Amino acid sequence: MLTIKKLHKSYPIGDRSLHVLKGIDLSVDEGEMVAIMGSSGSGKSTLLNIIGMLDEADEGEYILDGVTIKNLTEKKAAIYRNKFLGFIFQSFNLINYKTAQENVTLPLYYQGLKRKERQEKSLFHLEKVGLRDWADHHPSELSGGQKQRVAIARALAANPKLLLADEPTGALDTKTSYEIMAFLQQLNDEGKTLLIVTHEEDIANMCKRIVRLKDGVIMEDVKVDQVRAEQYV
Amino acid sequence: MFDRDLWREILQSINKNRTRSLLSGFTVAFAILLFAILFGLAKGLENTFAEAFVDDANNSIFIQSGRTTKANKGLQAGRRIQFKNEDYDYLKEDFGDDVQYITSRIYRNVTASFRNEKDNYSVRAVHPDHQYLEKTLMKEGRYINQLDIDNETKVVVIGRLVEEDLFLKTTALGKYLNMNGIQFKVVGVFTDDGGDNEERLIYMPVSTAQRIYGNNDYVDQINLTYNPDMDFDEAISFGRLITDKMKERFDVADDDQRAIRVRNMAEGTKAVGQMTFALGIIILVIGFGTLIAGIVGISNIMIFIVKDRTKELGIRKALGASPRSIVSIILLESILITAIAGYVGLLMGVGVLRLAEPMLETYFIKDPGVSTTLIVSATITLIVAGGIAGYLPAKKASRIKPIVALRDD
Repeated sequence: MLTIKKLHKSYPIGDRSLHVLKGIDLSVDEGEMVAIMGSSGSGKSTLLNIIGMLDEADEGEYILDGVTIKNLTEKKAAIYRNKFLGFIFQSFNLINYKTAQENVTLPLYYQGLKRKERQEKSLFHLEKVGLRDWADHHPSELSGGQKQRVAIARALAANPKLLLADEPTGALDTKTSYEIMAFLQQLNDEGKTLLIVTHEEDIANMCKRIVRLKDGVIMEDVKVDQVRAEQYV
Repeated sequence: MFDRDLWREILQSINKNRTRSLLSGFTVAFAILLFAILFGLAKGLENTFAEAFVDDANNSIFIQSGRTTKANKGLQAGRRIQFKNEDYDYLKEDFGDDVQYITSRIYRNVTASFRNEKDNYSVRAVHPDHQYLEKTLMKEGRYINQLDIDNETKVVVIGRLVEEDLFLKTTALGKYLNMNGIQFKVVGVFTDDGGDNEERLIYMPVSTAQRIYGNNDYVDQINLTYNPDMDFDEAISFGRLITDKMKERFDVADDDQRAIRVRNMAEGTKAVGQMTFALGIIILVIGFGTLIAGIVGISNIMIFIVKDRTKELGIRKALGASPRSIVSIILLESILITAIAGYVGLLMGVGVLRLAEPMLETYFIKDPGVSTTLIVSATITLIVAGGIAGYLPAKKASRIKPIVALRDD
């Protein structure tokens, strides 16, 4: 599904450069649910951004679903992002002036689907996250958990191969966090591959595998017994 | 090119951010408003100038005579210069193609009557070419022709107001007009754009007038038009040449300003032309300045808008928006706002000109309208302007890195 070899990334800071990723090797199979952990500055978000094609590595190899991701033009990157990846962000990143449904429709629009098809698909996915009745509401009228569920519906809409979540529960209270995690687990049960960046142990333990980063290298990569989130809800 | 969904996106973005859109629209509307008003005023001034010269052919040269003020070649000062038929012939023959139309003129005042109606009128005895020189328009019948000149026929062509005054409601054509006791047949009635005085004139053949009023071959004035192919400088030097030749012909001193007087319309026309041209340039510079200010204004606001929307555009990119679609969103929004606001400005400008029109006439500004061509070209200009204004911001937007845009504040 996803293979990364000897990945390096540095950012220039003033006239010096900060070496953020120092040779990452990682391989994720289809149907996995991986937590990427680490304290801030460990490079976990940078890794996720590179996997998400939002950023480019300086060195190393990155193969996604058999396609080598290298020197992409903006246009190519846009197509790959649309086709392969679904993003879930800590701050939801919904477009404020669009309704829940319009937000979910957006990736479908960029996929070039017909209007009618977009409407149907977006409603289907809103239904799936349990927000069908909220389709015509704007993000400002939704709670944090609801916003994140709209964002998940949006990430799912384009039917991506890989879901990338950057601290998906970072802005939510514990109860809502577990609700969201239960939902993500359900998606994983249905066969979706998930990559979740988090610094919370309890969230990480709800995944099937934990990759710990420290100072730009992988310290630990272990399979864990998944803690089901439903029991806390 | 026409993508309904794209336009839906843009309209939604404009609609949901009204203050922002109104603000940027206002700049453009104001610029176009000023542009339209300036343009209209310039047009009005131009119209006034054009009208002032519409009456007579503007390539005319008038040659008149007077008394000499200087002794020359043994002849005393104060000698009266009298043009004759031979001078007309000389000008006509010797200058060939340089002369387009030429006519003599003799002035007389007569008392004309028809039945019980009677009044005083100015008579001009002329050659057939006079019609073109004076831009006389025939309402009925014909003008003086060469046959009239050859046969010294007693015919007249009268102005519309003469017909109205003397023939009351009836037609004058074919009737006989009594002028100082002599009967003249009315062969034509004319109109003239030069105003009422021009339409109270009576024209007769120059030869008839010479026979009746003094039995001589004197003429008072010779008018001609130069070949319209000449440019202003050629025309002006042609006028000088005529002056020199005529002075030579009548043994007038070179520096005698009164004996031979040549009035060349080219000199005035050139001055007016230059002034109109200069005016046009000034208006153009000011107009384009305003327009550019408008473009810069909207461009600025669009840059602000892009900054404001950085996060949204970043989200769109993360969801798979191509750089091209980002450019279209910003560019088309800019064009749409510019075009709509520009049109509002244009309409307001036209409205202001309409309202102010009666007051402006006092200041020599006539019909300060905005033409269809201007509206069409303004529309094109607006779309181009919107494109230019939106281009840089759109480019900037397309280069937004989603990672930077999505970074939490």
